[in-house]
Amino acid sequence: MSNLLGWIDERFPLTKMWNEHLAEYYAPKNFNFWYFFGSLALMVLVIQIVSGIFLTMHYKPDGAMAFASVEYIMRDVPYGWLIRYIHSTGATAFFVVVYLHMLRGLLYGSYKKPRELIWLFGMFIYLALMAEAFMGYLLPWGQMSYWGAQVIISLFSAIPVIGDDLTLWIRGDFVIGDATLNRFFALHVIALPLVLVFLVVAHVLALHEVGSNNPDGVEIKKNKDANGIPLDGIPFHPYYSVKDIVGVVVFLFFFSVVLFYFPDGGGYMLEHANFIASDPLKTPEHIAPVWYFTPFYAILRAVPDKLMGVGAMGGAIVVLFFLPWIDRCKVKSIRYRSGIFKANLIVFCVSFVVLGWLAMQPVTETITFMSRLFSFLYFAFFVVLYVTSKNESTKPVPDRVTS
Amino acid sequence: MSTDNVVDTKRRRFLVNSTSVVAAVGAGFVAVPFLSSWMPSERAKNAGAPVEVDISKLEEGRLLVVEWQSKPVWILKRSAKTLADLPKFEDQLRDPHSENADQQPPYAQNDNRSIKPEISVLVGICTHLGCSPTYRPEIGPADLGDDWLGGYFCPCHSSRFDLAGRVFLGVPAPTNLVVPPHSYMNDNVIQVGVDGESA
Repeated sequence: MSNLLGWIDERFPLTKMWNEHLAEYYAPKNFNFWYFFGSLALMVLVIQIVSGIFLTMHYKPDGAMAFASVEYIMRDVPYGWLIRYIHSTGATAFFVVVYLHMLRGLLYGSYKKPRELIWLFGMFIYLALMAEAFMGYLLPWGQMSYWGAQVIISLFSAIPVIGDDLTLWIRGDFVIGDATLNRFFALHVIALPLVLVFLVVAHVLALHEVGSNNPDGVEIKKNKDANGIPLDGIPFHPYYSVKDIVGVVVFLFFFSVVLFYFPDGGGYMLEHANFIASDPLKTPEHIAPVWYFTPFYAILRAVPDKLMGVGAMGGAIVVLFFLPWIDRCKVKSIRYRSGIFKANLIVFCVSFVVLGWLAMQPVTETITFMSRLFSFLYFAFFVVLYVTSKNESTKPVPDRVTS
Repeated sequence: MSTDNVVDTKRRRFLVNSTSVVAAVGAGFVAVPFLSSWMPSERAKNAGAPVEVDISKLEEGRLLVVEWQSKPVWILKRSAKTLADLPKFEDQLRDPHSENADQQPPYAQNDNRSIKPEISVLVGICTHLGCSPTYRPEIGPADLGDDWLGGYFCPCHSSRFDLAGRVFLGVPAPTNLVVPPHSYMNDNVIQVGVDGESA
């Protein structure tokens, strides 16, 4: 066995890679609950790729056959219903763990120097994930698939001068049709997954280059023993690989409850109108995006102007890219930051959740007013952060990790 | 071959740069067919033949929806009262006199936005983000307010249009609904998609 390994190692850096990224990758010893979500996101990616490959074997990306082929998967393919629900539940799970993973970054300042690139790769993963989810949602070719895509593609028509030609180019037809479905299928099953995997590799490589942050936001590489191993570091494998398995078990418990008991998520994961075949002549009475897009949709709806609305919605995502430079405080972890930062972050999180809820409500004057208020608070987070973080009154940060 | 081992960096830089430029131009040319393949195919361009609609049985106030180029086209026969109400909105509209020439053919660029005053023909696609608005003919319903005199309401982002497809102020839709090219083959048959002789 060791001979075989030696034979491989002379030809491929197997042991070297194993050590660099697992057995001798030293992670801070004080990881807490929030540090489960990175590895969980990786696992959900695998779930989505595997279930997606099997769905592709039965699905027909054809305007005349797509809706029926999904029903065929649900009724006639052995365990087709299970594979499809794994994939649709996986989409929701992906956004749950990614949002919690991003919140972890906000709590402990994981986007700060020297980890700006990790954050940027992560933001590109988030963008690719949104594109992947949006294009995947068109494939069942139901009413919400059709009209959701109609709305999202029309967002590009707000761009001055080139907008109309751009939407025509994206659709490949004068309306959403077979051409659109077919190309979205290609992007959903080939192009974007490749981009996602590439970005995930870059995200992890960048992380392993600088080393993980931790709940205290101190750099463990500053205190090393005689062998150059961080005093507060423990090898990722077996310590964190085993810890993450516990996370996986708990996660799969929740995942299975949704999968087997609430596969449509009460209409927020698979919307009821999507069980009706697409009809280009009739928009569903109440149109709302699936839950993970709702906060941005609420911002779009809050602005009574087409270009400004689309701009605000895009801006709400783009501004996140600049977070490492908007937050000018040297102290990373929320544990040692000021009350202003804590309050600001709480208002931001509440705004995000409330915006998500608002987007699912039918429009009334109260809802519009609240959407404007919370959109304002969403953007105010970044302004307040930029202004107050420069000379923030922070608590002393310890040299070593606590606990 | 040069006899000495000195590297001519200037020459090397020139070769690297020129190779890069030529490769970039080549990549640009190769991108053209791939990007162009996303434009509507010849088959898509040829679809969308004109549609003939018999309106002899159309009652006042009933909305007829027909499909043209895979889009919903609305045909509405408006009552005399509706026509009399249309000018009342003018100060609440973005473009009351249909001055944006892209939104209708010249023969529909009038206050009723139609060839025959009572017959309104519109593409039923909201000019905001492409949903199909709902026909709401009732007067003053609870959700739309007391001053609503009938019109179209988009459920997606609550844009409002009057019964001539003119957009109200303060809603996200930027322009009036589109009047498609259409003409009358005789008193009772409209051809959607073809300009009439009056054009």
